[in-house]
Amino acid sequence: MQLNREELLQSYRTMCTIREFEERVHSEFSEGGIPGFVHLYAGEEASAVGVCSHLDDRDNIASTHRGHGHCIAKGCDVNGMMAEIFGRGDGLCGGKGGSMHIADLSKGMMGANGIVGGGPPLICGAALTAKTLKTGGVAVAFVGDGASNQGTTLESYNLAKVWNLPAIFVVEDNGYAESTASVWAVAGDQSKRAAAFGMPSYELDGNDFFAIHQAAGEAVERARGGGGPSLIHVKLTRYFGHFEGDAMTYRQAGEIEVARRERDPLRFFRQRVTEAGVLEAHQLDEIESEVKRLIDQSVVLSKAAPPPTPERLLTDVYVSY
Amino acid sequence: MSKKSYRQAINEALAQEMRRDPTVIVMGEDNAGGMGAPGDDDAWGGVLGVTKGLMPEFGRDRVLDTPITESAFIGAAVGAAATGLRPVAELMFVDFLGVCFDQIFNQAAKFRYMFGGKAVTPVVIRTMYGAGFRAASQHSQCLYPIFTHIPGLKVVVPSSAYEAKGLLIQSIRDNDPVIFLEHKVLYDEIEEVPDEPYTIPFGEANLTREGDHVTIVALGRMVGFANRAADALQKEGITCTVVDPRTTSPLDEDTIIESVENTGRLVVVDEASPRCGMAADISALVAQNAFKALKAPIRMVTPPHTPVPFAPQLEDAYIPTPEKIADAVRHVMA
Ligand SMILES: Cc1ncc(C[n+]2csc(CCOP(=O)(O)OP(=O)(O)O)c2C)c(N)n1
Repeated sequence: MQLNREELLQSYRTMCTIREFEERVHSEFSEGGIPGFVHLYAGEEASAVGVCSHLDDRDNIASTHRGHGHCIAKGCDVNGMMAEIFGRGDGLCGGKGGSMHIADLSKGMMGANGIVGGGPPLICGAALTAKTLKTGGVAVAFVGDGASNQGTTLESYNLAKVWNLPAIFVVEDNGYAESTASVWAVAGDQSKRAAAFGMPSYELDGNDFFAIHQAAGEAVERARGGGGPSLIHVKLTRYFGHFEGDAMTYRQAGEIEVARRERDPLRFFRQRVTEAGVLEAHQLDEIESEVKRLIDQSVVLSKAAPPPTPERLLTDVYVSY
Repeated sequence: MSKKSYRQAINEALAQEMRRDPTVIVMGEDNAGGMGAPGDDDAWGGVLGVTKGLMPEFGRDRVLDTPITESAFIGAAVGAAATGLRPVAELMFVDFLGVCFDQIFNQAAKFRYMFGGKAVTPVVIRTMYGAGFRAASQHSQCLYPIFTHIPGLKVVVPSSAYEAKGLLIQSIRDNDPVIFLEHKVLYDEIEEVPDEPYTIPFGEANLTREGDHVTIVALGRMVGFANRAADALQKEGITCTVVDPRTTSPLDEDTIIESVENTGRLVVVDEASPRCGMAADISALVAQNAFKALKAPIRMVTPPHTPVPFAPQLEDAYIPTPEKIADAVRHVMA
């Protein structure tokens, strides 16, 4: 699938937005401004953007505890997200969810998730809705390598297949679940698991936006056309700890530096489009500075915003009661 | 005796029981950590470091890291318990109960009864609970009433480091399935704890103080809050008995009833949701058995019937506080 200039610029902008957002949350967290558990997605941008650039508002995604990137790629408002992470009243979830529960159902973003393996069954449901109401929509579950072992995930593969759902499972394998290596925790391999459930699958370099974009395009087309579920397995690197505050002693010294230097998905994208002469470096530089301003502004706004009003504690438990 | 944190007390109880009994094993996600990874072994020792140091001493055969498959490994702990081991399995946050509840409440809890008294299932499930960490709705719940509801499970809610050590050793030696609930905000609380192993029996409440006017029953982290409230009330001339039941199943009904018979007033403090919780349960117990002794209606101090919110201001408003407890006491005194 060929991307035009506009689409390439948009994809780069989204990846940069994720990167800048996460780098900024990292520094704000270390300064003590952000409460709670925060899991950052930096390093994994090509996956969220490569997949979500095929999706529109008919389509739903379910994310994970490491959800900021998926939210941004699916079109969630960055100011609303930042305010949510700061626990502000004008956050995307009114400050009631925080980093682990950012959601915007109007954008088809069914939520980050505090429960590992919480997403895949929900995505079977979203796919069932799309199929039943004939919306033409598809549903995508992002799961980590760790989540790929949950019963909920494996059961969802089976259900998606036997119901022939327009579902896509994206296994984001960053090598670790907390401190545990995926090479130890995952028995067999991801694409053979897909094959065992009769699903087509793709094994990809998760730093390669173009490969992911291509595969996701096929999977989405198949799902929209009634061809059932697919699995995409991407290998990538998380640039920060499992959560903010993780000392990461289980990793090899220099592991992240090497990945940043040699396999960075943004740099890889830049190189590809400039070498091919499709985009020029200054266009990408401009995007980077615009994104920086945008994120700066989101932090300024969030810091200035008031907390939720006390009565919000009691609202939203039910639609009506 | 030496000063130990709640975390250290739990770690010491595990280590001492593992030394004493080779059938005691520990399992959970990243309980050692670093499995298959290029860096350090024992890299985590549990998400908040409670099991750190066990793997270097006891090896990977007795400190098992698990994939993120609670249904399978909690179930495996139950099955191992029914066949000769004494597993202590860690369900990292009690909120993850949803993933594995069948293995606990349909399997472990009912074996003995369904099998006509033939099964013994000495499994301990350690799990973190409680609000106060800004961890939002899926990492902050107090689900002990759900376990308490199930016949066949024993449910332990230690309120301090001393309590945690003695109750955990008792839990490991006990022959029934035990759910051992650790309040994540208490891990760094320090007090004098004996160095040698000791047990605290189940179903025997602890009176942390005795007074004449009001009985306050509180659980887990709320015991400390109740004591702080009682300190403040003392200055106003109101003296309280604070009852820490220690275990919600079995529940020391006699001590609670007896205390209310002496004071004539009851305030129950529970960090769990108010409906069908321990506050309601203990209130019903007293209403049924000590109604005539009551000089005022019972008061429950609980969070509202909502999930736990993320924003610090909302979470602080959600959690019962010493001030709210003191207000409830003043109310029953009025
Ligand atoms: C049911 C459940 N079990 C355990 C956890 C604790 N936990 C949060 S993230 C995580 C690791 C997840 O690993 P993976 O799926 O590979 O995603 P990654 O963090 O690498 O993005 C664990 C064990 C949880 N939140 N939910």
